[in-house]
Amino acid sequence: MVEWIVSVLLLIGGAFVLVGSIGLVKMPDFFMRLHGPTKATTLGMACLLTASMVFFSHTQAGLSMKEILISLFLLLTAPISAYMMIKSAIHHKVNSIKRTQGIDNIEDDV
Amino acid sequence: MSSDSSLKWLPSPFLSLLLFVVWLLLNNSLSAGHILLAVVLAIVIPLAISPFRTKQPLIAKPGLAFRHLMLVLYDIITANVQVAFLILGPTKRLTPGFVKVPLDLTHSTPITILASTVSLTPGTVSAEVYPWEESLSEGEAPKQQYLLIHVLNLEDETKLITTIKERYEAPLKEIFQC
Repeated sequence: MVEWIVSVLLLIGGAFVLVGSIGLVKMPDFFMRLHGPTKATTLGMACLLTASMVFFSHTQAGLSMKEILISLFLLLTAPISAYMMIKSAIHHKVNSIKRTQGIDNIEDDV
Repeated sequence: MSSDSSLKWLPSPFLSLLLFVVWLLLNNSLSAGHILLAVVLAIVIPLAISPFRTKQPLIAKPGLAFRHLMLVLYDIITANVQVAFLILGPTKRLTPGFVKVPLDLTHSTPITILASTVSLTPGTVSAEVYPWEESLSEGEAPKQQYLLIHVLNLEDETKLITTIKERYEAPLKEIFQC
């Protein structure tokens, strides 16, 4: 039973990480590419970590709770790294694809 | 709206609680020795670093904060599924866009939390806060601030702005009482 839960969680997690990476390859410009890794990968990692938690709580004595910390730090750092990348992209005036709306909303750097 | 707690030896109770929990999680144990060590660390570290810390607004409503956290976690899961479908679907149909969201929040901590929430939820990544604090001269009246976000598939700009304001900003405003 536990093996089934772990396998399903691993598969879902792997699928989300894969989708995030596909987004990285498939999207046409930098700003759109950023969406895959910030979201899909976060949930994918959460699934993988839950799988690890279930597996080690089952096979070893006692609960394994360290994974909660890892997911917490991932949730904290993913938006910040995305913010740093999009900020530097705006600073370097990276081109976005033509149909991007509201491009005038970007203000010039000081 | 200050972090001053009434107790002198416990300058920031939430930080102490966080340190206590993180120490126990790191060691993955609930033995008496580790609990004692966690209590000592949770008291000593905030005391030692309190002179360097900038004032953070205190969480005024912990219950609401917890409910908001649950809502955000739920939204992260649905957002992931939505973005997965957007990524796998035809790329040509996506209409990306930049949107400016006017902010009611004034303090930097709630704004940071809002920006992170926006980055983790449906199809949006926060990019910038306007105007920059450095661009304001000393003593100048604070201007209306905007959050610039990039949207993967922009359909209805006003609807998106009201969603962000009602779903994520209003609870934060209430939690921090500012």
